[in-house]
Amino acid sequence: MRPYNAFLGVHMKTKNIVEKTMQAVFFALGMVTIIAVATISAFLIINGIPAIREIGLWAFLSGQEWRSTGANPAFGILPFILTSIYSTIGAILIGVPIGLMTAIFLAKVANPRLAAVVNTAVELLAGIPSVVYGFVGMIVLVPLVQRTFALASGAILLSAILVLSVMILPGIISVSRTALAAVPREYEEASFALGATKTETIFKVSVPAAKSGIAAGVVLGIGRAIGEVMAVLMVMGNVPNMPNLFEPARSLTTAIAMELSYATGFQRQTLLSIGLVLFCFIMMINLILNFALKRGYKA
Amino acid sequence: MKNGRLPLKRRAYSGFLMGLIGLSAAIAVGLIVGLIGYVFYRGLGHISWEFLSTARSALRGTIGILPNILFTLFLIITTLAIVLPIGIGAAIYLNEYATSRRLVRIIEFATETLAGIPSIIYALVGVLLFIQGLGLRVSILAGALTLSILSLPTIVRTTQEALRTVPVSYREGAFALGATKWYMIRTIILPSSLDGIVTGVILAVGRMVGESAALLFTAGTGYFLVTNYFEALHASGGTLSVMLFVYATEHGNFDVSFAIASILIFIVLLLNFGVKLVKRKLRRI
Repeated sequence: MRPYNAFLGVHMKTKNIVEKTMQAVFFALGMVTIIAVATISAFLIINGIPAIREIGLWAFLSGQEWRSTGANPAFGILPFILTSIYSTIGAILIGVPIGLMTAIFLAKVANPRLAAVVNTAVELLAGIPSVVYGFVGMIVLVPLVQRTFALASGAILLSAILVLSVMILPGIISVSRTALAAVPREYEEASFALGATKTETIFKVSVPAAKSGIAAGVVLGIGRAIGEVMAVLMVMGNVPNMPNLFEPARSLTTAIAMELSYATGFQRQTLLSIGLVLFCFIMMINLILNFALKRGYKA
Repeated sequence: MKNGRLPLKRRAYSGFLMGLIGLSAAIAVGLIVGLIGYVFYRGLGHISWEFLSTARSALRGTIGILPNILFTLFLIITTLAIVLPIGIGAAIYLNEYATSRRLVRIIEFATETLAGIPSIIYALVGVLLFIQGLGLRVSILAGALTLSILSLPTIVRTTQEALRTVPVSYREGAFALGATKWYMIRTIILPSSLDGIVTGVILAVGRMVGESAALLFTAGTGYFLVTNYFEALHASGGTLSVMLFVYATEHGNFDVSFAIASILIFIVLLLNFGVKLVKRKLRRI
């Protein structure tokens, strides 16, 4: 007689086959994320390299002119790289202080009810689609910037920086808040016992103790700012100039978006090369983030 | 007062920083209230039954977004059908089956990496891999495939968190009664982490509704009414977010753009409320 499992009502042999199959299925599904990352990386490298080879790596990265169409094309992406870096730095300079302060408010200052209200606001900020940010930026911010600085157009690098600094707020706030909330109470109590005020305790004890987590929040913000495309597309003017705070500019992401719908042949290959450069930036940020987070957990 | 005895410099320092903290929180709240208020103020007035229930007509010169609402729904359904089995399965593997800690770490790193890849790169991959490579048209199906990779990390991470909250004693109890692993997962683990999984689905739907860059180039900007799901799969279809971009930049029709933005924000509010509801239910259990 075959062994019979009353609990399952099936024979052991069938049961074993099912078990083995399911294990294999789940293993395969677990591998999907790895396969996806590997495919995307391989795809970008294989398709992005040929155009770089033809243009020359140095000429591609340091060329200051981008004329992808026309009789005498030039493929230099230094303006895009610098625009991406400048807009990210700008967004971080504005977004991090406000985000960190809000995180402190949520984790250390506000009573639970007020914190719940502010937290809902932050969650909603995170949920607003980027086109809505871009659109409101285009309608409200761009004309405002134009009038304030008496410019020909308000669709400039500065407007993109302002929109990005709002868009990175939620990420910075939620990660920093978690880090601040994880600071052991004893640290703060010891500081109070030594006669420090609440503010002194926050800035001299809690924030330094949570610095790895806060750093992770900042890196997350950098990733978000450098990768954003639609909102930037709508407020930055998209002219492939070398970046200037008060002039239209084009970033790595928008450089791809501007031409992807119609580019063919070599021009499309150069877009993949830009994608590869952007991907390298993002991978670098991811590695830093992974490192910062791990240290944060250890601390 | 204890503070009253402190030197002026320390009081000023504390007061100044507290002021900044309060101001920052006020800015964050003010931004969202201002944004939602402004969009509703300019958009709600342009939403009418005709706007919601008709397609764009060049003949009559009217604009309706029914096709785009349907495309958004079709896209969400298709993407969920692809990503849910994969994402939940991956999370189950990570939490229940995987024995190698190193492999788990690699999968988790891959998931983080996927989450960090900008949507314009997904657009590139979608266009060249799914449309040029697989020979698909710019269509809802190509968009859904692209969106599946994009939303995979959200599903994996939230499901993983949900699985972690299931007590080990449940598993031990099931094993003690002679249950096999798959039987235990089916009857014990999945039902008890359902709320967490639903939260993940709502978050993922939020991403899908808000996504525009990846869809603009893979699903297209179609605005013709297609009510048959299987026909729509192969049709170019602009989702609400994509159409907001199109109406704002290509047509310069700001009234319609604000109306769509209002609808999008309304959906975001609804999804947020949904997450809160599910979480509250979770806490009560």
